[in-house]
Amino acid sequence: MRNPGAESLTGAEILVRCLHEENVEYVFGYPGGAVLYIYDELFKQDKVKHVLVRHEQGAAHAADGYSRASNKIGVCLVTSGPGVTNAVTGIATAYMDSIPMVVITGQVPTHAIGLDAFQEVDAVGITRPCVKHNILVKDVRDLAPSIKKAFHIARTGRPGPVLVDVPKDVTAASCAFEYPETLRLRSYNPAGKGHPGQIKKAAQMLLGAKCPMVYSGGGVILSDAAPQLTRLVRMLGFPCTNTLMGLGGYPATDPQFLGMLGMHGTYEANMAMQHCDVLLAVGARFDDRVIGNPAHFGEVPRKIIHIDIDPSSISKRVRVDVPIVGDVREVLDDLIKMLEASRDKPDPKALKAWWERIGQWRSKDCLRYDHVSKIIKPQAVVERLWEVTKGDAIVTSDVGQHQMWVAQLYKFDKPRRWINSGGLGTMGFGLPAAMGAQFANPGSTVVCVTGEASFQMCIQELSTCRQYHLPLKIVCLNNRYMGMVRQWQEFFHGNRYSESYLDALPDFVKLVESYGHVGMRIEKPADIEPALKEAFSRKDQLVFMDFITDQTENVFPMVPGGKGISEMILAEEL
Amino acid sequence: MRHIISILLENESGALSRVSGLFSARGYNIESLTVAPTEDPSMSRMTIVTSGSDDVIEQITKQLNKLIEVVKVVDLSEAAHIERELMLIKVRATGKDREEMKRVADIFRGRILDVTEGTYTIELTGTGSKLDAFIKAIEASAILETVRTGACGISRGERILRV
Repeated sequence: MRNPGAESLTGAEILVRCLHEENVEYVFGYPGGAVLYIYDELFKQDKVKHVLVRHEQGAAHAADGYSRASNKIGVCLVTSGPGVTNAVTGIATAYMDSIPMVVITGQVPTHAIGLDAFQEVDAVGITRPCVKHNILVKDVRDLAPSIKKAFHIARTGRPGPVLVDVPKDVTAASCAFEYPETLRLRSYNPAGKGHPGQIKKAAQMLLGAKCPMVYSGGGVILSDAAPQLTRLVRMLGFPCTNTLMGLGGYPATDPQFLGMLGMHGTYEANMAMQHCDVLLAVGARFDDRVIGNPAHFGEVPRKIIHIDIDPSSISKRVRVDVPIVGDVREVLDDLIKMLEASRDKPDPKALKAWWERIGQWRSKDCLRYDHVSKIIKPQAVVERLWEVTKGDAIVTSDVGQHQMWVAQLYKFDKPRRWINSGGLGTMGFGLPAAMGAQFANPGSTVVCVTGEASFQMCIQELSTCRQYHLPLKIVCLNNRYMGMVRQWQEFFHGNRYSESYLDALPDFVKLVESYGHVGMRIEKPADIEPALKEAFSRKDQLVFMDFITDQTENVFPMVPGGKGISEMILAEEL
Repeated sequence: MRHIISILLENESGALSRVSGLFSARGYNIESLTVAPTEDPSMSRMTIVTSGSDDVIEQITKQLNKLIEVVKVVDLSEAAHIERELMLIKVRATGKDREEMKRVADIFRGRILDVTEGTYTIELTGTGSKLDAFIKAIEASAILETVRTGACGISRGERILRV
């Protein structure tokens, strides 16, 4: 025994004490047989507040949204068997976007594991491919160290969800409790500072660039490096683009910002990406939705500097010239220092010519849409939303066209304001993620922009919102179609809208009213702004705005799958 | 190209499936995989024989290093190394073939571990290609059963893989 004076506690007591030690504010969860002892201990204290969701997927998304909106670790607690399998979608969502989260799952008693017991599922087996790490705790003495390890692994390095599977008998057994103060893992040493030699090379390469480009992703948000990125881009005078996950990493209203890049990125961002001679990639991973076909991308010679904490993200899809493994914020700090100390400055003439070229691409005005339509254009709703919220709301989204329109048109100036499922593309994410974001930021305006299809995937959480009086504002762009599926069917499947029309939709206004919320239906363009203003004036109520939008509207520009980043379809070409 | 990758990892339940799951999930080849605890029982040493382009091998080593339980990864094929595999083979050995089988086993420095009236069970060690050569050298119809460990490997000279 390390400390003979340590008090003896049950596993359930230890678990709750560990959450206290980690300063956990909220646990998003749903009780069940295997976690009854834990719930009993939660009942006896009030330091950790439990949020009762209506489906375990909601618990995982809410913990995820809480984490994204706060940079604190989201915690969720579910029971064994179906509790775990329901949470898997949420865990995979967090994993794909590198979100730090701790998932505690109940398990059948150790003596019943492997015997096909009631509500038994191999939780660590089922989640192994979609967690950063997972641990099955077979002995109560391993519980506190395992929880400590879970929080440590979740938050350090490239973050991610960690699952701790706790059998019921472990929560009932007792042992001396002591929360380990330090943790030594010989097999886990995440990178910190970048290699100074590499950073120096990067600085020289940047200063020698004629047509430079800065491309940043979710890593900037995760390491809280937005101020560093902004400073660097401004001091160099370079153009900057953000990925879907990186929005808010650089202020979108700044003239040096070219908009989002990628499959639905702006013309100027994609063209500058393709034609730059030096590319600085920061906390981004060159994925298929960002650079399209890597062979096409490689046709233009350019030097690439890549800063990432995860060595496996470097040279995975695109070979880079100067890899820098390290925490984005620390590397950017060092890079800024080095550039400040240098007597060289970027070539102003070359930069001026480059900006002129970019200006020509910009003049395409690739995001424009029909402003005189008599039917509500979804883009208009997003633009009015930006105005009414003064661009300062926390906005979550589901997945599809509405997500892309928000990414294109809601100009995020600050990090952790844009919360969406980028990697996994999980429909149903928006509402529970907004709940988590609201818990993390009680006084802030939290908006969920959704579609009528996505919203129905986690609609049960309206009940949770009622229970905890969450004054979310829900903007539903209702076109009666799975819009993005419809768009692909129009472009690539001969207008055969196979199963993408949503018949038999509910009356959303009545539906949200039955949950005790406020519902509004908006059908005319002139009513968009007044409706939004009214909704946002209802500070203490959840308001659901059902905007009936143009069914045929598509998201432009678009890089078709397998094409190069500069091979965009633009609105005018149709 | 064929690579032989050595891994030191925590001797914990689930560690093996993390490694094998990584290979199947990311579509990497496994030609063979062998694992056992080291002189320090808290640590296991694994040898994986795989193949792929340089880019793929680079990703394999990076992805392996990312696994929390993996302590160290080395691509043995980057430098001089020794590689051995063990095979147990049960063959039919009757009549005039009985003597011939023993002779071939001797040539390959095999050891006969078990004998019945009609069979030999032979132990052979060597590189995979040597074991293949033995199988080729004897009559195919004489082979009753083979079991192979897969390769394990170690660097030549002063290079060592330890914590």
